[in-house]
Amino acid sequence: MSSVKIMVCMGPGGIASGGAEVISAFESELRQANVSADIHKGCSLHKVGCFGLCSKDVLVDLIIDGAKTTYQSVKPEMVRRIVSEHIIGNLPVAEWTADENYHNFYKKQVKVVLSDCGRIDYENIDSYISEGGYKAAEKVFAGMTPEAVTAEIKNSGLRGRGGAGFPTGVKWEACRKTAAGQKYIICNADEGDPGAFMDRAVIEGNPHAVIEGMLIGSYAIGASRGYVYIRAEYPLAVERLKYAIKDAHERGFLGSNIFGSKLKFDIQLKLGAGAFVCGEETALIASIEGQRGMPRPKPPYPVFQGLWGKPTVINNVETLANIPYIIKKGSAWYSSYGTEKSKGTKVFALTGKVKNTGLIEVPMGITLREIIYDIGGGIEGGKALKAVQTGGPSGGCIPANMVDINVDYESLARVGSIVGSGGMIVLDEDNCMVNMAQYFLQFTQSESCGKCVPCRIGTKRLLEILSRITKGKGRDGDIELLEKLSRDIKSASLCGLGQTAPNPVLSTIKYFRNEYEAHLKGKCPAAVCKELLTYYILEEFCKGCGACLRACPSKAITGEKKKLHKIDPAVCVKCGACFDVCKFKAVKKE
Amino acid sequence: MTNSIREIEGMEVIFVIGSNTKETHPVIANRMLKAIRKGTRLIVADPRRVPLVRFSEIFLQLKPGADAALLNGMAHVILKEGLCNDEFINERTEGFDEWKKSIETFTPHNASKITGIPEEEIIKAARLYGGSRKAGIFYTMGVTQHTHGTDNVNAIANLALLTGNIGREHTGISPLRGQNNVQGACDAGCLPNVYPGYQRVDIPMVKKKFEDIWGVPLSDKEGLKSTEMTLAADKGSLKALYVMGENPVMTDPNIGHTIEVLKKLDFLLVQDIFFTETAALADVVLPAACFAEKTGTFINTERKVQLVRKAVEPPGDAKEDTWIIAELSGRLGYPMKYSSAEEIFEELSSLWPALSGISYSRIRTHGIHWPCPTKDHPGTEYLFKAGFPRGKVSFTTVRYLPPAEAAGLDYPFVLTTGRNLFQYHSGSMTRRIASIEKHAGEPYVEINTEDAKKAGIKDGEKIKVASRRGQIEIKARVTDRISNGILFIPMHYREAAANVITTDALDPHGKTPEFKVCAVKIGKIKVSGE
Amino acid sequence: MVKLNIDGRMIEVAEGTTILNASRMLNIEIPTLCNHPKLTPFGGCRLCLVEVKGVPRPLTSCTTPVSEGMEVTTSTPALEDLRKTVLELILSDHPNDCMICEKAGDCTLQELAYFYGISPYNPPLLKGDKGGFLGERRIYEKRDGNPFIERNMEKCILCGRCVKVCDEIQGVGAIDFAYRGFKSKICPPFERDLDCEFCGQCVAVCPTGALTGKMWQLRGRQKDIKEVDTTCAYCGTGCNITLHVRKNEVVRVTAKEDKWNEGWLCVKGRFGYTFINSPDRLKKPLIRIAPKHIADFGFRISDLNSEVRNQQSAIFKEVSWDEALDYISAKLKEIKEKHGPDSIAGLSSARCTTEENYLFQKFMRAAVGTNNVDHCARL
Repeated sequence: MSSVKIMVCMGPGGIASGGAEVISAFESELRQANVSADIHKGCSLHKVGCFGLCSKDVLVDLIIDGAKTTYQSVKPEMVRRIVSEHIIGNLPVAEWTADENYHNFYKKQVKVVLSDCGRIDYENIDSYISEGGYKAAEKVFAGMTPEAVTAEIKNSGLRGRGGAGFPTGVKWEACRKTAAGQKYIICNADEGDPGAFMDRAVIEGNPHAVIEGMLIGSYAIGASRGYVYIRAEYPLAVERLKYAIKDAHERGFLGSNIFGSKLKFDIQLKLGAGAFVCGEETALIASIEGQRGMPRPKPPYPVFQGLWGKPTVINNVETLANIPYIIKKGSAWYSSYGTEKSKGTKVFALTGKVKNTGLIEVPMGITLREIIYDIGGGIEGGKALKAVQTGGPSGGCIPANMVDINVDYESLARVGSIVGSGGMIVLDEDNCMVNMAQYFLQFTQSESCGKCVPCRIGTKRLLEILSRITKGKGRDGDIELLEKLSRDIKSASLCGLGQTAPNPVLSTIKYFRNEYEAHLKGKCPAAVCKELLTYYILEEFCKGCGACLRACPSKAITGEKKKLHKIDPAVCVKCGACFDVCKFKAVKKE
Repeated sequence: MTNSIREIEGMEVIFVIGSNTKETHPVIANRMLKAIRKGTRLIVADPRRVPLVRFSEIFLQLKPGADAALLNGMAHVILKEGLCNDEFINERTEGFDEWKKSIETFTPHNASKITGIPEEEIIKAARLYGGSRKAGIFYTMGVTQHTHGTDNVNAIANLALLTGNIGREHTGISPLRGQNNVQGACDAGCLPNVYPGYQRVDIPMVKKKFEDIWGVPLSDKEGLKSTEMTLAADKGSLKALYVMGENPVMTDPNIGHTIEVLKKLDFLLVQDIFFTETAALADVVLPAACFAEKTGTFINTERKVQLVRKAVEPPGDAKEDTWIIAELSGRLGYPMKYSSAEEIFEELSSLWPALSGISYSRIRTHGIHWPCPTKDHPGTEYLFKAGFPRGKVSFTTVRYLPPAEAAGLDYPFVLTTGRNLFQYHSGSMTRRIASIEKHAGEPYVEINTEDAKKAGIKDGEKIKVASRRGQIEIKARVTDRISNGILFIPMHYREAAANVITTDALDPHGKTPEFKVCAVKIGKIKVSGE
Repeated sequence: MVKLNIDGRMIEVAEGTTILNASRMLNIEIPTLCNHPKLTPFGGCRLCLVEVKGVPRPLTSCTTPVSEGMEVTTSTPALEDLRKTVLELILSDHPNDCMICEKAGDCTLQELAYFYGISPYNPPLLKGDKGGFLGERRIYEKRDGNPFIERNMEKCILCGRCVKVCDEIQGVGAIDFAYRGFKSKICPPFERDLDCEFCGQCVAVCPTGALTGKMWQLRGRQKDIKEVDTTCAYCGTGCNITLHVRKNEVVRVTAKEDKWNEGWLCVKGRFGYTFINSPDRLKKPLIRIAPKHIADFGFRISDLNSEVRNQQSAIFKEVSWDEALDYISAKLKEIKEKHGPDSIAGLSSARCTTEENYLFQKFMRAAVGTNNVDHCARL
């Protein structure tokens, strides 16, 4: 009798692409196919977390007697054939199986945090336990002193994966040493960077790893209570985590007398209301306390005076999910990955103009080139790479000529960017860097908590200057003004949000000053900024088909059939409709 | 107050009874809040869920007039649980054993039955207050304006003596004075039985001292208390009344009766800054200067003498009260010659050792608490540090007596009156302030949501409230701030004056009227055509 | 105790003291808009930034506690430059209409703008023809309908003092920050009109003209004001207040932080002063001309003031002091002769001064000859 295991990606990408429909298609097809009952008996259908390559979702792994076949871009209507030909007929549907690109995507990745994502059933605690889950916590509770735990984490070289990169073991040790009756450990799951979904994928794919990480942390620092501060916009993650916490309680991993010890640990969920700034640890604390989520000045640091004034460790989801693996496999194993100062692996959300977009986990120190060209499969449409934006709105851009840079905390900082929480946006020649900076500023400005002046008003003024530059209304000296104001905002702002908000501006000016200057002269080199564009029709290519004329919403295009068409610049609203519909590339924008 | 406002910060426990501190003494409430922020714990006892309750650890929502039962009940628990301060009781009190016996019947069970407060809350409160040696009690008219107000105050004193929470910093018994200079008026001798400094008129030696200084023979017959003046006028034995800065028509109970009596007088002289309801009944009305138009001192609730400075000229021909009194006195053949308020203060302070050390020059920037016997004495923030004036102080047996009027079939509700944050007393000042009138210019009666529902009364609906003495029409304010069966009307509004309804039953000792309890009924107003 | 060095001077202060307070002990002035001595530190205005040796970025002195051996520099060209930028940013979102602002002359923002030489018309950062920082300003169309506190929120710099005082001192929490980014504002829940205890503590701590008293409007600014320290005439608390007088009129009441009430007042103390100038004030002695039964008035009077005024002129005539006093003394003498001194009584007032009360009882006892004197202590 053969065993069949079907794993359907139910990560953010999988669900968005119809994962649930694919699962129900499998269910009904398998039911109808019960002609072969013995196959069915050994067949199990699993909902699993993110596979990584979201651009090819829905991804389905079919494991028959241990042999894995991956199908990509699966739609419900494809399921019948997969069931009849592959599961029953034992003949894989070759045209739908994952291609070379798919396998390249995984080749250079090293999965630690994501190692169980896509393999285990997130709704089933036994699935986690069977892969060695809660063994690390047992090891800690059974035979390690808290000091030994913090030492192990320190030795691993693990640094905060939320963005700042502070050594986790050092943080734990400081909190451990602070005397107090009550301490807290908080998991920061308020992932807010645009385009980032690392934490979400981890929680949705492997919630117990986060819980186990917190449990170990609680033991190390001496906390009896934990909070997970999670975005309410992640309903699925919230639901899976709630379920996992309930299961962990029932199995005795949470609650009192954990692993036969006298220790107690409970985890409570706190839902954030969608404020980006609440990812900042002091704002997060204020929010849990029921106050408006506004950052508080540091010092005092939360490890000394945090939630309700008590010593508090705040770790990001990815950081905590690393912990069980480090304890299980040892700090030496973990620190064998990475560079001298940046150890281990890091999860990135690779997006933008690469072929393979998705969630990747790579060893620290891998080059940007490897990420873009080997894992990402290169730039889409054969265009030229322009830059890579790392670290989201707090980060900076790295120009194409630095593509051989190592991706680690120090190297990125050296060129004016950051690892951040793991956002990685690949930009090609069609991206305007001024527009890019404006986009991020728009985000940080509207997410500023309003507490401190440089961030509240300063970023507004930056945005206004950027916006007038993109509109062709920039003034002499605006670039210098941007630089000066950016520097002042960085040094005078209260929290990380304000202190890093000008980074996209500064790094784009640093590497793409010429683009700014071009805008001041009235040109957008990437032909993105609408106000600086003119659309016209190239005589030699126009066939007079009339497609553009029909598409134009403002009746700016005139011309008789089969004759040259013209765009009246005075009427044109620069919507780009003509550009998009022209099959002959006769419409040009400049 | 035995202790000062400053000392609130530093108390472990604050016990507020019968005081809506947050509305009637807001800045003292600020000090309480500051203390609470630093860890002080608060007990509030009141028939209404007053704003201060929000900051309390224990809220005792007692029935109006049940104060003595609650206080004795707490004393019972403190005694039973051995929380009393034996050393203090032995050294500084007397009459303990006898009093102790009187407390036996006040078990939490019995106290709960009278007060309507759950037993365990009484026990909790007793443990909290009794368990602290830095605890202060604060009260106002909610305790005193009863036919047994004096008993209530004695019961409070018993509690403080029992735990020794008096005579030390951050302790004490603190009645919060409702008006700016009640303390000063008392200290200056505007009381029928004592000269300035509480020196009794019926002690010959004292009388002699004042006769010598004032240079005229004086009467040794105790005079009439204000409430007794009304009775005397009614009887006809009082013929003339000189009212300075008072508005008895509005502030005395049973307005209808007050007006009738005042009209019986041969001569009524009213001296005020406004044409008050009382002035309308006067034979002569004299225009006086207000606080911003004169110099002098106010003595606040914590016995602190503070300067009042003239900032502006009085309007028209209005004059300072001292000028008016001196002019009148001269015409009656007893000339008074003072060149300034300071000179008057010096005469007063020379007559009472507690004020002897205080002079205008010493209180220029900060006031001084009396007693302050010498020019280099810093003043006394809290009393009885060195002991009680009479050596030992007695426990006073307090029995629980119900209020004079009880709710019954005809008059099923209990009305309690008081003040609100925005208006002040009879309203002669605040009702002439446009902003306050705009915000809080309308009289209202607070009624419990359930009671309102039963009577079919909607929030904002005008209803009738009537007692055996009178009836008013007033807007209902439906709220859960007040318990079932109880109504509350603020006293400030002449157009629906609470004192049309209130009883003129008096406390036999202090002669304070029972404003806090009278029986009333409510009714809907019939709209014509219905 | 902790020893540290500020601008090259050694000082020893208690543990937990902030750098700002330690500097103040040395009379070193550090500018700030959001800090208030009676409130917990906020750290929002960023003006009080100082440099601490060994710390890479400037720290807000109002929130940073001192530590042993700390070396602090409170003023460097870089710090002053930052402060200037912060002030320019604040003023770029401010009406800058000091010429018609109630707070002019008593405004911390105005003072700082003056000392840092910042003009909205010529920002030093200006490069082109228009100011570099000139941009969108917040406009508040909505006017608050409450009768006590004027809220000019376009002048608000979001220093948070009002929010803190309302919560920490008054325990009310009527206002808080709302919205995010440039649109952040301070408002009551759901942007309704303010409905609170109206203690005006927020008005007292506001460093700009955003919060002022409604009745203060156009009645005189701090110039030409005579300040008179006195004692509040309402309840028995006896708060120390300061009357602001202009042309023989009290136009404002404030309280000083160094007095026992720490600068806090209630609605009556702060806003309940306009009775002083009420047109209803008695200005002449009055003698009754109508018989008493006419004075019988009902108690369903809706308009208090006009009613009283009508009654007054119908029943009384205005007389001179001499006429009034002679009339009174004749009456009192007559009654005393006929019925004895104990047929006369006096009701004094807990509202009057101690001196007046003393004189009143002395008058009753020595001039009239009775102990029938009391006041309203029980009411």
